[in-house]
Amino acid sequence: MVSNEERRAKEALRKEAKFGEEIDLEEYDEGSRGLSGADSLEDLPSETKSTMLDSGIVPSDKGKAGNFLLMDNTVVHSSVMGSGVEVMPLSHALKAHDWLKDYVWKAVEPDSDKYTAETYLQKADGYFIRALPGAKIKMPVQTCLLLKNRNTKQYVHNVLIAEEGSEFEVVTGCGTSKNVEKGLHLGISEFFLKKNSKLTFTMVHNWSEFVGVRPRSSIVMDEGSTYINNYVALKPVKTIQTYPTAHMNGPDAVCRFNSVAVAHPGSMMDMGSRAVLNAPGCKAELISRTITTGGTVIARGQLVGNSAGIKAHLECKGLIMSDKGVQIAIPELEARVPDVEMTHEAAVGKIAQDQVEYLMSRGLSEEEAVGMIVRGFLDVGIRGIPDHLRAEVDKILQETDVRGS
Amino acid sequence: MLEIENLTVEVGGREILHNLSLNVMTGYTTVLFGPNGSGKSTLLMTIMGFSGYKVKSGRIKLNGEDITDLPVNERAKRGIGMMMQRPPNLTGVRLKDLVRVTSKGSKDTAKIAEELDMTRFLERDVNVGFSGGEIKRSEILQLTAQNPCLVLLDEPESGVDMVSIEKLGAKVHDLLQGPSHHCAGWREKSGKAALIITHTGQILDYVEADRGYVMCNGSVACSGNPRELLQEIRKMGYNECIRCKINRANVIEENI
Ligand SMILES: Nc1ncnc2c1ncn2[C@@H]1O[C@H](COP(=O)(O)OP(=O)(O)O)[C@@H](O)[C@H]1O
Ligand SMILES: [Mg+2]
Repeated sequence: MVSNEERRAKEALRKEAKFGEEIDLEEYDEGSRGLSGADSLEDLPSETKSTMLDSGIVPSDKGKAGNFLLMDNTVVHSSVMGSGVEVMPLSHALKAHDWLKDYVWKAVEPDSDKYTAETYLQKADGYFIRALPGAKIKMPVQTCLLLKNRNTKQYVHNVLIAEEGSEFEVVTGCGTSKNVEKGLHLGISEFFLKKNSKLTFTMVHNWSEFVGVRPRSSIVMDEGSTYINNYVALKPVKTIQTYPTAHMNGPDAVCRFNSVAVAHPGSMMDMGSRAVLNAPGCKAELISRTITTGGTVIARGQLVGNSAGIKAHLECKGLIMSDKGVQIAIPELEARVPDVEMTHEAAVGKIAQDQVEYLMSRGLSEEEAVGMIVRGFLDVGIRGIPDHLRAEVDKILQETDVRGS
Repeated sequence: MLEIENLTVEVGGREILHNLSLNVMTGYTTVLFGPNGSGKSTLLMTIMGFSGYKVKSGRIKLNGEDITDLPVNERAKRGIGMMMQRPPNLTGVRLKDLVRVTSKGSKDTAKIAEELDMTRFLERDVNVGFSGGEIKRSEILQLTAQNPCLVLLDEPESGVDMVSIEKLGAKVHDLLQGPSHHCAGWREKSGKAALIITHTGQILDYVEADRGYVMCNGSVACSGNPRELLQEIRKMGYNECIRCKINRANVIEENI
């Protein structure tokens, strides 16, 4: 029997997404579901490990509460080191927890667009991470999603649950192996934050100039929960379109989105974040810092105030380093009741000459001065990043070519 | 060390400095007085080479080398360093990092920061939310890390409170005269020199000034012993300088 959901998903297979240029799903081959597994991330080939490191993932068990690795469409590794947390493939979790069916595809609609529909119909696997009630997990859970073979289409479906009063942290690094010339990543992530829980989620994107990326994320937040999202995309990518949404349903929920991105020549990045504040006392802050060195970046942001006594701020700032680059900032505020405090600040422009010369007067070359200012500009967007990731992200930042073309 | 010959400078399409000439000799600390808007900051910004300060005619020479058309960092390399009156905010750039790259690892910057009571500012973004006096102290910290041969200071004491002025003055003194380390730049053997803009003359309590210039309307009105000039200015104000210059100009004209 065909379920209602399945029928709707089938009908949505040709439904274009609201944003981002259309990607032809037929152009790609199914990612393999039969790659061989690894007992430990440490056993992986050094090339894979270095791709992981470039995506902010340390290929080691040490200091981690759990590790998860998906390559193409195969779960290559999944392990739990800490207590109070579950880490496993979603396919296993669905067998282990009968109740989980009440969560999957409840935050993201299968028929949102053709990408969600395809991921639904392919019964994509991904990670399931759950912090048990009251558990305060000190060490982060690392997850890594890699494209291994060329022309691969990767589907991922992740579910994260923070039970009541729990606190945890997840890092997801996404990357591409060196030989991958063309690839597509479709990733559904559904987050459920119960009462008074807290999740810090950091995503590092390290794709390549031939990869298309369509993540679909939604965060459902109960009373008093806190969600912190850090998004870092400094490497070239062909096309990315993402617009995660926090549905703040319980009173006094807090969310913060910090995003930094560099659009290199040939990159098309359409990225935003959205907070829907549905209950009194909710607070949201959406901050983005984007740079173009020749590509196009659209920085979206939307705040929807549906309840009195909420407070929200949206900030998109963009730097244009090249004549060929395009920066579009689209901040939106939508208030549906009086007594809300919602503000936004958007600015795009080139780097200020007086700042460059100020540094040059201290002996820095023009290139060094520009590099320092640009890195400082991006740094503001990643100050919320957890300490253990700081060094990795700083390294990626140092290696990022920020010169205009 | 620094020779300025017949310098005419335009800012925003307006001529601000007119045919100005002035010398700063090696080993000498030179003070620049003058009313608001007389072009003192413009002169320093032009010496440092900031864009927007357009040299229409005249030359700037450093130790005999014409630097009029050199980019800012090349001037810094040759040993010029400046405290701006209003430096820009560098959002995201921590003071600590700027001081580190400026000193190129040659100085104990933590200690200098401590001496200037600036330790807690090291983690902050350069100039962002700094008060007037804090900006001055941060600039002196940076300059001490840089250790230039020719030090250009634009109103180092303005906005600095009574307590901090002692520390700041001591550091300015060190920067100009003391402890005997070599200054940065290609001409380090030639020793140091300074050109300091001051309104109040307060900085003269901390540094030995050798020579003073008074600027009016974009040119030098007169020069002499800095303490005597300061006394005159305190007594009679700048109007006297202008009158004095007009009189002298008339005298010169009559003599032709
Ligand atoms: N960017 C600018 N555009 C136009 N006029 C300027 C600019 N900067 C300075 N000026 C003018 O140049 C004159 C000299 O300014 P400044 O050098 O700052 O004087 P001082 O430092 O002696 O007070 C003033 O009349 C000022 O208004
Ligand atoms: Mg001035």
